[in-house]
Amino acid sequence: MEIINFIGSKIEMIYIVILSVFVGVELIGKVPSVLHTPLMSGANAIHGVVIVGAIIVMLNTDPDNYTSLVLGSVAVILGTLNVVGGFVVTDRMLEMFKRKKR
Amino acid sequence: MNTEYILAIIYLVASVTFVVGLKMLSHPDSARKGNLVAAFGMFLAIAGTIMFPRGEKEISGLIYALIAGSIVIGTVVGWMTAQKVKMTKMPELVSLFNGMGGACAAAISIIEYSHYAGKENMELSVATIMAGLIIGTVSFSGSIIAFLKLNGTMNKPVRLPSYNIINTIMMIAVFVLGAFIALGGEKNAFLMYATFALALIYGIMFVVPIGGADMPVVISLLNSFTGLAAAFGGFLYGNQVMLTGGILVGSAGTLLTLVMCKAMNRPLQNVIFGAFGGGSAAGPKGDSDKGSIKDISVSDSAVLMNYAKKVIIVPGYGLAVAQAQHVIHELENLLNERGVEVKYAIHPVAGRMPGHMNVLLAESNVDYSKLVEMEEINPEFATTDVVVVIGANDVVNPAAKTDPSSPIYGMPILDVENAQHIIVNKRSMNAGYAGIDNDLFYNTKTSMLFGDAKKVLTELVTELKSMN
Repeated sequence: MEIINFIGSKIEMIYIVILSVFVGVELIGKVPSVLHTPLMSGANAIHGVVIVGAIIVMLNTDPDNYTSLVLGSVAVILGTLNVVGGFVVTDRMLEMFKRKKR
Repeated sequence: MNTEYILAIIYLVASVTFVVGLKMLSHPDSARKGNLVAAFGMFLAIAGTIMFPRGEKEISGLIYALIAGSIVIGTVVGWMTAQKVKMTKMPELVSLFNGMGGACAAAISIIEYSHYAGKENMELSVATIMAGLIIGTVSFSGSIIAFLKLNGTMNKPVRLPSYNIINTIMMIAVFVLGAFIALGGEKNAFLMYATFALALIYGIMFVVPIGGADMPVVISLLNSFTGLAAAFGGFLYGNQVMLTGGILVGSAGTLLTLVMCKAMNRPLQNVIFGAFGGGSAAGPKGDSDKGSIKDISVSDSAVLMNYAKKVIIVPGYGLAVAQAQHVIHELENLLNERGVEVKYAIHPVAGRMPGHMNVLLAESNVDYSKLVEMEEINPEFATTDVVVVIGANDVVNPAAKTDPSSPIYGMPILDVENAQHIIVNKRSMNAGYAGIDNDLFYNTKTSMLFGDAKKVLTELVTELKSMN
């Protein structure tokens, strides 16, 4: 059975997936609604990790394959936008939460 | 030393920073550090990927130059946009960045399709690629529509007749086509692009009928979609950091979406399939028996507040649009000086995103402890002399409690009608974001103070200063 082979060969990743699901749920469990927006924004920046995939694509691309090079570069730009913009926006939001009294 | 192991360790560290970062982000005191921790991990993951490529292949300088150039462009543009944007525009920007991530995942899938398709025993890898393509694309086009909606470019929900059926059919068609391409085994670039186009259209059709008031939920949902798309990429490459990062956001994002739905007391399926904010469902029903509205002047409002013991301010998006958060803080200080107790009542969905109002008020230095959440402040309205509602509408609409036919019926609201006096500042008598009429304005205890929030509040401050 191909599907069993597929699962078997990726079993470690499937463990990661399942455990990460629970960690993600657990992390968000008791968040005050004040932090919903920054949290969404922070999570938004973290899924920018997709840029790692874009870099891998680029590294494996044949230097003569111009279509892939262009598309790959666009992917890297978009991914960087997601990461940098996401973290900076989140930081700006959270800067506002500094406590005045200490 | 094996560079592959170094990369693996870097990915491990990065994954841990994501978990720790998210954890810290969920507490007000540690949130900012948490964001930086996650950002540091992201930097490590990106740098490691470039410095320690897997495989034996020699990589040409051109490719490194392209990667470096792209990262520089993305960083500069992303940084500048994020720095310049106004606090009120933040939700739009988050939606836009989310769309970028989705597009990135889609682009990766398009390229990888040409590498994997048509090869022996690659069906399931192609299936992973197609899943990443579809979800990334839907997230991209959906986010762009959400961006336009929040931006006000596209503020009316557009509904084709029986759009639910059309959308469901489209969704099924996209996935069937994706599965067919994956399991068919043959390389067919045309069909792959057809799936891409269909997913693009589906993303648009998915968000277009959803009313503006539900946009936060949609963004949060699309956010978790992008996470999922990233995770599919991680699965394809056996890349742990993409997998953990993507799945964490996917599951945390889904839960966050549900938490938001709960705050609005609207089941997710109602958000996606139900009508909300449309004109038809909320037609005027007997305007004649509503009674009349009562105007109040600025000076009368100032007198009311000046001699009150306790004032509660209910800020809404109107306050944000008018950029009046600084003036409101001035008003608060002035009232405090005269011994008036001032608090802010924050509805969970005030503004355009949960917590948006807190960010805006914090920006103008309002003390964190004065922002009181709905459950805590609701019992206090009965002992409050004056409630000032500024640019809020749906979150104080009693129809949510009394009118089962109202589209917002069941949503928890702020019980402002229990206070002695209610002053409502609005630009005009237009309905709120959800597009429904508000009985509160016809309440005998309510006085309407029409005008732009910033202008009216500035006048109020001047008026108060002149009184002693």
